[in-house]
Amino acid sequence: MNAPPKNRAWPREIRLPGAQLSGAATVAMLVVAVVVNTALQPNFWSSYALTSNFATFVPLVAIAVGQTFVVLSGGLDLSLGAQVTLASVVAVQIVDERLDRVPLAVAAALGVGLACGALNGLVVALLRLQPIVATFATSFVFSGLALVVLPTPGGSVPLEVTTAYRDAVLGVPTALLAILVLAVLWWVLRRHRVLRHIYAVGGDADAAYASLVPVVRTRVWAYVLGGVFAAFSALAILANTGSGDPFVGNELTLASVAAVVIGGTALAGGRGGAGGSILGAMVLALVTNIVFFADVPTTYRQLVNGVVIILALALAGIPALQKRRPAA
Amino acid sequence: MSAPTVEAPRRILAWRPGPVALAGAVAVVLVIVGEIVSPGFAGYGQLVNLMRVAAFLGVIAIGQTIVIIAGGGGVDLSVGKVATFSAIIGSRMMAGDDGEIVPAVVLALLVAAAIGLVNGLGVTLLRIPPFVMTLGMIGVVQGLILAYTGGQASGRAAPALTSLVNGRVIADLPGLLFLWLLLGLLAVWLLRRTTFGWNLFAVGANRMAAELTGVRVNRTLILAYVLSATFAGLAGILLLGYTESVFLDLADQYMLPSVAAVVIGGTLLAGGIGGYAGTAVGAIVLTILQSLLTTLDIGGAGRTIVNGAVLLVLLSLYGRQRRLQS
Repeated sequence: MNAPPKNRAWPREIRLPGAQLSGAATVAMLVVAVVVNTALQPNFWSSYALTSNFATFVPLVAIAVGQTFVVLSGGLDLSLGAQVTLASVVAVQIVDERLDRVPLAVAAALGVGLACGALNGLVVALLRLQPIVATFATSFVFSGLALVVLPTPGGSVPLEVTTAYRDAVLGVPTALLAILVLAVLWWVLRRHRVLRHIYAVGGDADAAYASLVPVVRTRVWAYVLGGVFAAFSALAILANTGSGDPFVGNELTLASVAAVVIGGTALAGGRGGAGGSILGAMVLALVTNIVFFADVPTTYRQLVNGVVIILALALAGIPALQKRRPAA
Repeated sequence: MSAPTVEAPRRILAWRPGPVALAGAVAVVLVIVGEIVSPGFAGYGQLVNLMRVAAFLGVIAIGQTIVIIAGGGGVDLSVGKVATFSAIIGSRMMAGDDGEIVPAVVLALLVAAAIGLVNGLGVTLLRIPPFVMTLGMIGVVQGLILAYTGGQASGRAAPALTSLVNGRVIADLPGLLFLWLLLGLLAVWLLRRTTFGWNLFAVGANRMAAELTGVRVNRTLILAYVLSATFAGLAGILLLGYTESVFLDLADQYMLPSVAAVVIGGTLLAGGIGGYAGTAVGAIVLTILQSLLTTLDIGGAGRTIVNGAVLLVLLSLYGRQRRLQS
């Protein structure tokens, strides 16, 4: 491990502030996906279709941004989906159909995300367990707790929330605004020292340690940020579906990793950014859409979906292929 | 079978039990706890049953061990789905007919090996990180399953396969345990006594050095993924013999436990260090834990939480990474 990857990443970010698209590949894939989707789905650009599409994108986008922090720090969080579940069931139990309790529920969800992230951070950074298996273990704890909070699907969110979420402000879908807010949050955090430390630790933990970067604290921060964005994902799910489900986040964990990789972030850590992950999450969601509208027979839908996603994952890695250091 | 670890610093500090001994001790402790909590837990029949359940995880984890030892972030997340697919193919091909066992098993294993080949090619030639490649493969295999079955699994295990897996052979032990022992010995032999095994450890410890020493790195890696998928397919066939009929997510839940079994057994996720004996004990530990939690009367939610907590403790026994130094 040596300095070049970091040097390569930093000047580029000065040229493109706030939008660290780790490669043209992700943008190209999104453009292709949008074009194909437009061709297949006649009313793709109608305001109704746009609103409902963006409404379903937000949960995956949010969790993908959360996963980005962890991956950048050189880790991986397989418990993010369980955290989404836990945060959402806690929030839905607190809000209990009452509009005045919404702020409290939001705070509780964020608190859950924070606490889960802190636990993961402690386990990975302080106990030094290997992230893949450690977060797999904590995911059991979180999904078990979710079952305690809400044993069966139920609970509901005030109608005002779901209506507002599927509405548009000045012609812009609320959900799109939510994605923009997530992007801005990333942009702000990117300016903070913690994110610089996360890049340094992910790029080369030993070098970062030698340069007096607080490695342990930085790793904990990465998982905490991941948990907080998992809570955002949980809130988006609640606003979209209107009710709680103790299994809702299961599917999101692995999809979040796929979105991060399609977004051009290196799983080895230290290279990439959430801008790409946001686009990657949209590519993933659009692929499902495309396969649905392409009249693929039902039994072959998932196969086509899987093959396209593998191709997307392979394409996302091509820029890295050229820049790769000899010692893989 | 002990791992080729660097012994020098450890000998100076203090004696520490190897991962296999440690995991074995945990297994014994869990059985004793089980016997205290619910008398009869450590009965002979009960233990045999536990081993039988552990065998499926144990066989799937053979492949997982090989891939993880190969290093470079090597892991095979598609093992669960591959095992399911193999069981589905086997069940449909043999359709309860003893005469069809051999072609059915051969076809199922060939399909599994082909999936492993694609994984290996993606990891080596396209340089997709293993985690992502095999993650994407889950979706593809799930798609293959749906396309092949049309959403409805059919057929059933041939009686001969069922009696091979479930039938009592010696000392009232089911044939499955002997099959597991056989496959386990095969795995240990493969890792310790063959050129492939030595190359695998070399590649996992230092890919660059292995390449410069003349090891065919890509070929070793591809073979590792092919073997992983093949052992997963084999586990699927065994599972088919055990359950007799299949369903569409038969073996999916083995995906991450297979990784956990490997880690508990003392194989480093970073690659280059480890072995199958530890993994086998790891699989047994995980199964005993599951069974113990089922015995305890704490409800599904509590069981899941305790499972996670105990898993953390088990991982911290041997799965810890080195401290950063400058």
